[in-house]
Amino acid sequence: MTDVIEENEVIAERDVIAGRDVIAEQTRRKGRLRVSKQLRTPLAVTGAAIVVFWLLVAVFAQWIRPYDPLAQDFPRLLAPNAEHWFGTDQVGRDVLSRVITGAQVSIPLALMLVVFAMLIGSLLGAIAGYFGKAIDEVIMRIADLVFAFPTIILAMVIAAALGPSLTNAVIAMLIVSWPAYARVSRSLVLGARDAEYVVAGRLLGNGPFTSLRKDILPNVVSPVVVLATLDVGTAILLLSGLSFLGLGAIPPTPDWGAMVAEGVQNFSSWWISVFPGLAILTVVLAFNFLGDALRDALDPRSQEAVQGRSL
Amino acid sequence: MPESSSTAPNERRARAGVHPLARYLGIRAGLTVLLLFGVTLVTFTLTNLVPADPVQAALGEQAAADPEIVQKFREDAGLDQPLPVQYLTYLGNLLHGDLGMSQQTHAPVADDLGTAFPATAELAIAAILISIVLGVGLGMWAALRRHKVTDQVIRVVSLIGISVPSFWLALVVYFVFFSQLHWFPGSGRLSPAAVPPPQVTGMYTVDSLLAGQWATFADAVSHLILPAAVLALYTIGLLTRFARSAILEVLDLDYVRAARAKGLPGHIVVNRYVLRGALVPIITVLGVAFGSLLSGTVLVEKVYSWHGLGEYAYSAATKLDLPAIMGVGLVVGFVYIGLNFIIDVLYGVIDPRVRVA
Repeated sequence: MTDVIEENEVIAERDVIAGRDVIAEQTRRKGRLRVSKQLRTPLAVTGAAIVVFWLLVAVFAQWIRPYDPLAQDFPRLLAPNAEHWFGTDQVGRDVLSRVITGAQVSIPLALMLVVFAMLIGSLLGAIAGYFGKAIDEVIMRIADLVFAFPTIILAMVIAAALGPSLTNAVIAMLIVSWPAYARVSRSLVLGARDAEYVVAGRLLGNGPFTSLRKDILPNVVSPVVVLATLDVGTAILLLSGLSFLGLGAIPPTPDWGAMVAEGVQNFSSWWISVFPGLAILTVVLAFNFLGDALRDALDPRSQEAVQGRSL
Repeated sequence: MPESSSTAPNERRARAGVHPLARYLGIRAGLTVLLLFGVTLVTFTLTNLVPADPVQAALGEQAAADPEIVQKFREDAGLDQPLPVQYLTYLGNLLHGDLGMSQQTHAPVADDLGTAFPATAELAIAAILISIVLGVGLGMWAALRRHKVTDQVIRVVSLIGISVPSFWLALVVYFVFFSQLHWFPGSGRLSPAAVPPPQVTGMYTVDSLLAGQWATFADAVSHLILPAAVLALYTIGLLTRFARSAILEVLDLDYVRAARAKGLPGHIVVNRYVLRGALVPIITVLGVAFGSLLSGTVLVEKVYSWHGLGEYAYSAATKLDLPAIMGVGLVVGFVYIGLNFIIDVLYGVIDPRVRVA
C-alpha cells in the first residue's frame, strides 16, 4: 500500500510540472492495478489461452497443417478418419488443413478491422468533440445516418456493390463500424476538453493538435480499447457471415465462413461445415470471455465481485 | 397520497400549453421522418458511389453488351437522369407510397415487401418471445444465485449464446433435427402440399388461426420452430446478461429490502417488486434485440429457404437493385424507430418517475 502512495506522489510531482490532471492520472493508475488482479479469473484466463492457441495456429499454420489446404489430392467427401481427422471436402481437400489455414484469414482481418475502426472512429469523434461547431455536426450526422441503417444489410449492400472479396468485406464493415467509436470518443473528449490542465496546456502554447494528442487522447484510450476488445468477437462473426453469403472470401481461399457455406450443398457430409464453424465459435467465445472479464474489471459496481468468488 | 398525484399532472399540463404526450409525439414523428430520409440518402449515395454498374448486374453480361437494350433499361429505370434528379424523383414517389419497381423481380417493391416482411416478422416475433421467456428467466435465476455455481454456469451459457455463428448453428440444427432425427420439417414456411391460409397479416401462424385451419397452423408452427430457436439463441444470451445486471441493481435497493423485511413471501418480492423495477432496462434491450433480429435473419433465412426480408435484401444487394434495397432499409428503419417509440411510451407506463420527468 505504501509504495502505491509513494508512486502516486512521484506521479503528482511530475504532473504538476507537466500541467496535467493529477487526480485523473491517479485513478487511472489505481484502475490499472485493480484490472490486472481482476483479469486473473478462470474465465479471462480461459479466453486468453484460447486466443493464444489460435494465434499460434495462425502463425505456425504452414508447419502444423498435415496437407496443402488447396490441393485436391484426396477422395471426395471422406468422413473423418485417422488420416484426415476432419475428413475431406467436396473437391477432395483436407478439411483440417483448411481449418488451420483459415486462422490466418479470419483472425488477422478481424483484428485489423477493429483496430482501423477504432483509430478512424475515435479520431473522427475526437476531432468532432474538440473542434465542435460545423465539423462536429458534419461528422456526427454522418455517424447518425450509418446508425439509422441496419448493420448487416448495409454491410451486405456495400460488399455487393464493391464486388465480393475479403478486402471489400472489411471495407464494408469498416464503414458500418466506425460510428460507435466516434460517439464514445466524442463524449470523452467533450468531458475533458474544458478541464483545467487542458486549458493550462493551451496557455503554455500547445497548438490544438498537440493539446488533443498530449492532454486529451490519454483520457480516451482505455474506454475505447475496452470497446474494441468487446467488438473483436462481433467482427469475426459478421466477417464470416459475409463470407458465408458469398460476399467475402472468394474460393478457394480457406475462410471459415465460406467453408461453412460449402457444407450447405453437401448436407450429409456434416464435417465440411461443422469443424470450421467450431473454429469460429471458439475464437469468438474466447474474445467474448476476455471482453466480458475486462468489462467487469472496469465496472466499479462489480467491485464486490473481486472479494467474492468470481469466475 | 391521492391528493398530490391528482393535482400535479394538471398543473404541468397547464404550464406546457400542449399536452406533453402530444408534443412528445410530434417531436418523435419529426425525428422519424428525418431518420427515414437519412436511410434513403445513405443507400442512394452508397450504391451510386461504388464503381459497380447496376445495369450490368440487372441485365446480365450478354444483354448488357447490347447498347440498345442498355439504353432502354436506363431510360425505364430513370438512370439517364442526373443523380440529384433521380433521388428527388424517388422521394416524390415515396410520398405517394410508391417505392418504385424492383429490377430483379419486375414487381413493385411495395408488393415484394408486403410478402417478405410478414415472413421475417413471424420469425423475429417467435424468436423474441422465446428469448423473453428464457432470457429474462435465466437472468433472474442468475441474479438470485449471484456468485454461486448456477450464476457462473448461466454466464458461460449466455456468452456461448452470443458467440455462436447463427448460420452455422442453423445448418447443424437442420442436420440433426431434420436429416437425422426427422423431428421437424426442413426448409420453407409450409409443407409443399399445404395451401397458405387466406392472407390477413401475412404471417401463416396467425392467418391460419384466424381462418380456423388447425392443420395448417400446426404445419406452420413446426416449420417455424427450428429457425426461430436458432435466431433466439443470440438474443437469449444478450437478454440474460442484461436482465441479470438489471435485476442485481434492483435487488440492492431499499424498497426491496423493506419488502423482504416486512415478511413478504419471496416470489411476491421477486415478481412484483424486483421484476417491475428491472423492467425498464430489460425492455430497452428488447428493442435493440428485435431490431437486430429483423435484419440478422438473412443468414438463417438462407439456410431454411425462408423467403423473408433478409433473403430479399440479399438478392437485391447482389443484383444492386437500388429501389429494393432502399425499400428494405425503409421498412427495417421504420419498424426500428416505431419500436423505440413504443418502448419510450412503455417507460412511462412502467415507471411513474419517467412520467413526472
